[in-house]
Amino acid sequence: MSQPIVSLENVSRAFPGGVFALRDVSLEIARGELVAIVGPSGSGKSTMLNIIGTLDRASAGTVAIDGLAVEALNDSQLSALRARRIGFVFQHFHLSPGVSALDNVADGLLYTGTALGERRERAAAALAEVGLAHRLEHRPHQLSGGEKQRTAIARALARRPLLLLADEPTGALDSTSGEGVVQLLLGLHRAGTAVVVITHDRDLAARFDRQAAMRDGRLVEDLRRAEP
Amino acid sequence: MSPLQPARLLPIDILRLAAYGLKARPLRVVLSALGIAIGIAAMIAVVGISTSSRAQLNQLLQELGTNLLSASPGTSLFGEAATMPPESVAMLGRIPEVERVSAIGALADARIYRSNRIPASQSGGLAVYAARLDLLETLGATVAAGAWLNEATARYPAVVLGARAATRLGIGRGLIGQPVWLGGRWFTVVGILAPVSLVPMLDLSVLIGWPAGERYLDFDGDITTLYVRAAPAAVETVRGILAPTANPEAPNEVDISRPSDALAAEAAADLAFTGLLLGLGAVALLVGGIGVANTMVIGVLERRAEIGLRRSQGATRGHIRLQFLGEALLLSLLGGGCGVVIGALVTMGYARLQGWPVDIPAWVPLGGMAATLLIGAVAGLYPAIRAARLAPTEALSAG
Repeated sequence: MSQPIVSLENVSRAFPGGVFALRDVSLEIARGELVAIVGPSGSGKSTMLNIIGTLDRASAGTVAIDGLAVEALNDSQLSALRARRIGFVFQHFHLSPGVSALDNVADGLLYTGTALGERRERAAAALAEVGLAHRLEHRPHQLSGGEKQRTAIARALARRPLLLLADEPTGALDSTSGEGVVQLLLGLHRAGTAVVVITHDRDLAARFDRQAAMRDGRLVEDLRRAEP
Repeated sequence: MSPLQPARLLPIDILRLAAYGLKARPLRVVLSALGIAIGIAAMIAVVGISTSSRAQLNQLLQELGTNLLSASPGTSLFGEAATMPPESVAMLGRIPEVERVSAIGALADARIYRSNRIPASQSGGLAVYAARLDLLETLGATVAAGAWLNEATARYPAVVLGARAATRLGIGRGLIGQPVWLGGRWFTVVGILAPVSLVPMLDLSVLIGWPAGERYLDFDGDITTLYVRAAPAAVETVRGILAPTANPEAPNEVDISRPSDALAAEAAADLAFTGLLLGLGAVALLVGGIGVANTMVIGVLERRAEIGLRRSQGATRGHIRLQFLGEALLLSLLGGGCGVVIGALVTMGYARLQGWPVDIPAWVPLGGMAATLLIGAVAGLYPAIRAARLAPTEALSAG
């Protein structure tokens, strides 16, 4: 069995003033797994995403991504880790206005040491994969909400990450567009990428293989769907 | 390569990042680049105009030569105006290092008027001199209209006017051949001189022939000023023997000067003035730099989400720092480049207006661009460091 892609052991995250966003959380996510981290707002799930995504460091406990202990890595090593292994999808897309969909996606490869020509090729391929082959030269304001989020997914996807972290990916979308995005994430999982979705939407979470429920900074439930 | 080695950005990618940041806010970029442009343009124009003016003076000196010496009788030991004997011209002419000698003699009592109807007191301050025929050649002066005196006209009541004297008398170029009232009789204007750069005094004078002065105006033949062209290598030697030769009886009374020294002094005085204006340009540049820093600080505040996104995509702090520093440098280079062009155009326009040669030394635009880069680096450093220090989670939560 290969090592887990994410491994949290007794992780806590305290903020100044004694507020604990995470308390003693242990969680392991295997390669290629599909996990929903679900909980009401303020339950610590965003902090969880930041810790897993190495954007934030734990106050206590150990975090390992793809077998690499995060505590032992400095800031630029963590950046390199993110560049090659982790893709992010945000609720509000974070697309650059005034830049074509193709260049938005190509820009996501900037910190992987890829030359511009190849970045564009890979971006075009990624956009085709999310069904936006016909939207390459469109600017974000010319895209619908669902198309924007699919562009953002293509941007994460172009780097071929081992782990895709999505923070409320359907939160800003209507149900039809949201469904398209969910199908896309499920497809990525089937193609072998570990997908972690953070959501407060229990119905959405119920469609995933595994649900980790959080409340007040603690992991209160870790449900796996029975194998069919 | 270790798998956790962050990628290096190619220079072209840094440039694209910098240009991307600027393209997003064109108006702000133009305004803050304008500050730098004004500073650089001011400095380039100040230096360019001053070097062009000096180039003009130097060109003039080159044309006129620095080997002209003038000797005046000066004053005697008792404070009376001394004179030089008429023979001194011939005596100086025998010195081998002397290429040319000429002289003028003042007709102290003669006045010139446009006509005999003008009241005597309105003489216009114009001096009347008797001049030797080789004066024009010796001084390197030229005639603007009409002709210089010749063997014939020097014997008759003919007069050549200095450039400003002609204007004062109200005689334009087309009025050669007109009579003027000089020393109580009619003289005919035969020519008008172009301004004499080496001896500006002649511009306000009128010149008649030596024999004509003696014949019509009781000229005593005493020399007021001797002009000597020495061999360029022997100017100092000639200077040393000029006084004893010109007036062997009282060499200490002779005043000797080198007219080109006045022009050279003008060129040097220009340099001191340039320093002052350059300081003003530097202040403008500093203010421009503060404008760039301000734009960058605001840019960092506004673009926190972008910084967070880039960090999540694997940008290191160094990458972010480089991006914002590159942006500040590009912004000030843009301003500096425009400034160099504007400064050069102003210099060219002004020099053309003055009829000077355009002379902008290469170090001026190069120095301007170097100053711009320095300003950009200093102005961009603090905002870039701030951007790089931003925690990714904090940046992303900014929306």
